[in-house]
Amino acid sequence: MEWRWDWVWDLAPRFVDATGKTLIAAGGGYTIAIILGLVFVLAQRTPLLPVTLVVREFVELIRSTPLLLQIFFVYYVGPQFGLTLSPWTAGLIAIGVHYGAYLSEVYRGGIESVPKGQWEAAKAINLPIVTTYRRIVIPQALPPAVAGMGNYLVGIFKDTPMLSVIGVAELMHTATAVGAESYRYLEPYTMVGAIFLAVSLPSAFAINVFERWVRRTLGMTK
Amino acid sequence: MTENLESYPLSLEGDGIPMVRFQNVTKRYGALVVLNQLDLDVSAGEMVTIIGPSGSGKTTVLRMLMTLETIDDGVIYVEGEPLTHMERNGGLVPANSSHLRRIRSKIGMCFQHFNLFPHMTALGNCMEGPVQVLGLPRKEAEERSLELLDMVGMIDKRDQHPSRLSGGQQQRVAIARALAMRPKVMLFDEVTSALDPEVISEVTGVIKHLVDTHNLTMLMVTHQMGFAKEISDRVCFFFDGAIEEQGTPTKLFENPERERTQQFLNAVLHAN
Amino acid sequence: MTYIEFLDVYGGRLIDGTIVTIYQFFLATFVAVAAALAFGLMRLSQNLMLRAVAVAYIEFFRGTSLLVQLFWIFFVLPLFGITLDKFTAGFLAVGLNMGAYGAELVRGAVLAVPKGQWEAALALNMAPHNRMRRIILPQAFVIMLPPWGNLIIEILKGTALVALIAVADLMFEVRQINITTFLSAESFGTAIVIYYVIARFFVTPGMRGLERLMNRRIGKA
Repeated sequence: MEWRWDWVWDLAPRFVDATGKTLIAAGGGYTIAIILGLVFVLAQRTPLLPVTLVVREFVELIRSTPLLLQIFFVYYVGPQFGLTLSPWTAGLIAIGVHYGAYLSEVYRGGIESVPKGQWEAAKAINLPIVTTYRRIVIPQALPPAVAGMGNYLVGIFKDTPMLSVIGVAELMHTATAVGAESYRYLEPYTMVGAIFLAVSLPSAFAINVFERWVRRTLGMTK
Repeated sequence: MTENLESYPLSLEGDGIPMVRFQNVTKRYGALVVLNQLDLDVSAGEMVTIIGPSGSGKTTVLRMLMTLETIDDGVIYVEGEPLTHMERNGGLVPANSSHLRRIRSKIGMCFQHFNLFPHMTALGNCMEGPVQVLGLPRKEAEERSLELLDMVGMIDKRDQHPSRLSGGQQQRVAIARALAMRPKVMLFDEVTSALDPEVISEVTGVIKHLVDTHNLTMLMVTHQMGFAKEISDRVCFFFDGAIEEQGTPTKLFENPERERTQQFLNAVLHAN
Repeated sequence: MTYIEFLDVYGGRLIDGTIVTIYQFFLATFVAVAAALAFGLMRLSQNLMLRAVAVAYIEFFRGTSLLVQLFWIFFVLPLFGITLDKFTAGFLAVGLNMGAYGAELVRGAVLAVPKGQWEAALALNMAPHNRMRRIILPQAFVIMLPPWGNLIIEILKGTALVALIAVADLMFEVRQINITTFLSAESFGTAIVIYYVIARFFVTPGMRGLERLMNRRIGKA
């Protein structure tokens, strides 16, 4: 089996297009996840115990069941009850909820890493609770959360191939389609792998740099 | 929850009411009684030092007054007004958060581990309360903060973050931060315990200056017996969640009446 | 069709699928643990070659998607004369992928063993492999157990992807049932519950138990 560069070049435009779609899917899913994660974590910090317990268990459920299954669930269950979602909508919802559950844990870890003394000092100068979150807790919870948030951004990008199963035309979907047309899988699947490496390795590095920058900017060099 | 609330006055009246009054205050952690029916008055402008073995409940006294701990019985009054409770329909009920915030504004506190906000400069730490809580214009808050940083000898380090400051420097900033809120009562909770021996005097010097020049009411928990003797108006020896003995520093340190006080003082003075 | 009837008709296939999922899970975990230990320790080696191989493995498997790796192993490797049946390709891909994450856990845990322990072992003049085996690894093992608990859940979830190369696991079965019946809520919903029960009531408590056991063994708590 020989590697055919000429064919790779022929395929390039389709793969560039698909890479764009993959990035859009990852970005869209991540935006949903960032917001949902905040909702999940705040819901778990309300004084209402039933809300806390239900949300806690929901987050556990999402985190311990396969994303692939959740994607199928969101896409196929709607129509059964008369609600049809496009592959893109269903895919973004599934991936957004899934990673929202993960991000809520990251946020929670960040908030819990703020020492108790900081809450006490805020109380001693009589800061209201909202101001305490805004001015004292969140700025300190952020740097430890940045690494986790970045890892999940890369994670969501690497999980977008699962969206191909419901027909979202991202990289994996394109590679499979190309393979099926030509009965050649070497180049398409290798290209997908290479593109993933080319995006996620520098991203991981950039996140590392960004995390250090956040720490330095906030004067919390460790 | 405090029992027999009707037996406590709605407010303290008359001349010479204490700045702070603990009346019959009890604190428990589960089955463990940390403070047992404490009665303690602190007059305006008085410097009261609390000493005693660890686990005797001394820090809890300060933390309850700062509302960092709830109380299980009794009432605390500040300037004659109840802190832990408030008046409702002619009786006392547990305080709501706005009442707590109003009374709490009279009290400032410095902690053993400073608890400076690490993402703010020394100046930023001092300005945070005046700007965010008192609503002062930034300019005015800055002036006030700079004045206080100057007083604690930290004006040069105004733009440094806490991670760049030594323990003694951080504690001095923390004192300035608390004073910037213009409290009537200052609480010092083992403020020198986390410091290296050679910088303790930086902090005790500032506190001494406060005692000499301001008419603040102060409550201090410390292990520095010499310092306590030097600056206190009154020293309270806590043992097992209650005041075992109290009096002027001279009386307590030189002529302790109770055996436990003698034993404690012998142990700590000879250990040094 | 009521849900009871649904279970009556398809319960057998759900159980068959669950058994395959559990097989895949155990085999993938075995591969992941072995790969994590091997490459995690190679990553810490003094030998540049070994270190380079470990870095390449870790970065490659963490840098690309599990699904891409699975398809590559199943569809592309045969072109190079390495043909694996789908069952083997499935757990091998999942195990190798998760092993890369595990290798980083191994590395982190070994480095987290206090320096004094290395020095004490050196002071006793222990040979390097003895030092690693007798002193460092037992302590590192306890340190890395909690994050491995999360990773093992990820392995369980990862096995669902083998359905896409037609391994008849739980995911595969419910997808087939969905195609023939369109009872999506019943089929996918039941599978979610089954995965959840396995994770929450078997895997997680199992890992907790192992943590407690190891902590006792090593004399903590």
